[in-house]
Amino acid sequence: MAHENRHSRRDVLRAAGALAGCGGLTLLAIRPAAATPAMMQDAVRSVIGEATITKGKVKLDLPPIVENGNSVPCTVSVDSAMTAAGYVKAIHIFNEKNPQPNVISVRLGPRAGRAQFSTRIRLADSQTVTAIAEFSDGTFWSGDIDVIVTLAACIEESIH
Amino acid sequence: MTAAAIPMRLAAFIAAFAVVSPVFAAEIPLNERRSDSDFISADTRAMQNDDSANPGMLAVADGEALWNAKAGTTNKSCADCHGDVATSMKGVAARYPAVVPPLGLPVDLEQRINMSRVADQKATAFRIESKELLALTAYIGRQSRGMPIAVKDSGPSKKFIAAGRAIFERRQGQLDLSCAQCHDDNWGRKLAGNLIPQAQPTGYPIYRLEWQDVGSLQRRMRGCMSAIRAEPYDYGAPELIDLEFFLMWRARGMAVETPAVRP
Amino acid sequence: MARALIHVPPTAKSGEIVEIKTLISHVMETGYRTGVTGAPIPRDIIELFVCTYNGEEVFRAQLFPAIAANPFISFFTVATESGTLAFSWTDQHGQTQVQTAAIIVE
Repeated sequence: MAHENRHSRRDVLRAAGALAGCGGLTLLAIRPAAATPAMMQDAVRSVIGEATITKGKVKLDLPPIVENGNSVPCTVSVDSAMTAAGYVKAIHIFNEKNPQPNVISVRLGPRAGRAQFSTRIRLADSQTVTAIAEFSDGTFWSGDIDVIVTLAACIEESIH
Repeated sequence: MTAAAIPMRLAAFIAAFAVVSPVFAAEIPLNERRSDSDFISADTRAMQNDDSANPGMLAVADGEALWNAKAGTTNKSCADCHGDVATSMKGVAARYPAVVPPLGLPVDLEQRINMSRVADQKATAFRIESKELLALTAYIGRQSRGMPIAVKDSGPSKKFIAAGRAIFERRQGQLDLSCAQCHDDNWGRKLAGNLIPQAQPTGYPIYRLEWQDVGSLQRRMRGCMSAIRAEPYDYGAPELIDLEFFLMWRARGMAVETPAVRP
Repeated sequence: MARALIHVPPTAKSGEIVEIKTLISHVMETGYRTGVTGAPIPRDIIELFVCTYNGEEVFRAQLFPAIAANPFISFFTVATESGTLAFSWTDQHGQTQVQTAAIIVE
């Protein structure tokens, strides 16, 4: 990942924040995102290969406006009876603006009872988060959600 | 310079600031006080209210281990003298800061824990803001969860609470802002897209999403001071203790929520 | 040993789908942050989380730096028989920590 030699967003936002009189908006302590939607597509393909992905069956639950990108509650649930005859084998979550496109990859089986899990993720910027589910019949389904990541006002510098 | 001589735009600018800078801060009426939990997102509140999802509970669990660990030259644990934490520490966190003998100076809960550690266990004090001290404070604080804050403004406490109030109401820093201007006068309004809370310290030590860690009220205040471009007081400074004292008195009667989760 | 909190319902009916919640203390350092000197703080994350039920794997998650600090993972499993659920977290250095919880299935 190339390190770009330009003013970081943090610097620009801090300058803007000082003018705004808030005491400086500071971007999250993650380096300016270098990921792009194209990088995310590459990551998706490297995980699931060339299979067709159909939109549907996958519900991604994230707050539409995020209070702090450091910790965003995230629940994925997939429509499946989870029986030996037909179940979700894997669920992968991807993002398009963090420095890295993968978020989590989960493996399940019929013993799960429910194709659903929750975690807390980091989001570096407002973006679309995508979840892809792999079924035991070899089909792939996806769902996505747009999230706005706000910056908390009056964030102190990393002073301890 | 008469009012007529001041350019229109400058007058409008001054007028706008006049709205947020009254001469005396308006104290929040007791029945209008609300926990900072009311000013966070529903998801963050849900995280706080679920003990199996609240990251502050990791610190509480660490605190339980420390409570039961032998320490110092006495080789005694907190439990050896205090017994069951739920009984012996019930309501304790709700009463701090407090003025303690023999010096007649106020201490917060963290300092009180260290006093016992040094004097009674004959162990070294925990470093301020250390993982251990935060864990023990969170564990003891948890024993007061749901109980009303019981800090009183009487007797020896009076002058320290008054000193804390003076700091709270004093403009400071490059932005020339007082705590009161945001937290007494403009709570519930937005600052750069975020709701301003009343700054009621009901849940300390808190797990703060911004820190990705547990931290004390002193840490939070130092951060706030830095954000308004004021020089933060050092950890343990009398000014911070006085401020804590005032803030806990200001929150008297409100329920303890330790360990709270904040953005 | 990192502090971990596990919530498993102590009892369940046979065939009931139960929710399991796990929380572990870990900085999950992304590797993208810089320290006070400007030098990058190296990545340090948990990479793998596995749950087995009486020895059989019922849940597996591969974690990336985008998982928040102090990882919280909750999931479901069918209560099949009484026994032990074992939870293991493995970091990028290959260190594994295991914690167990008992379940009684009626």
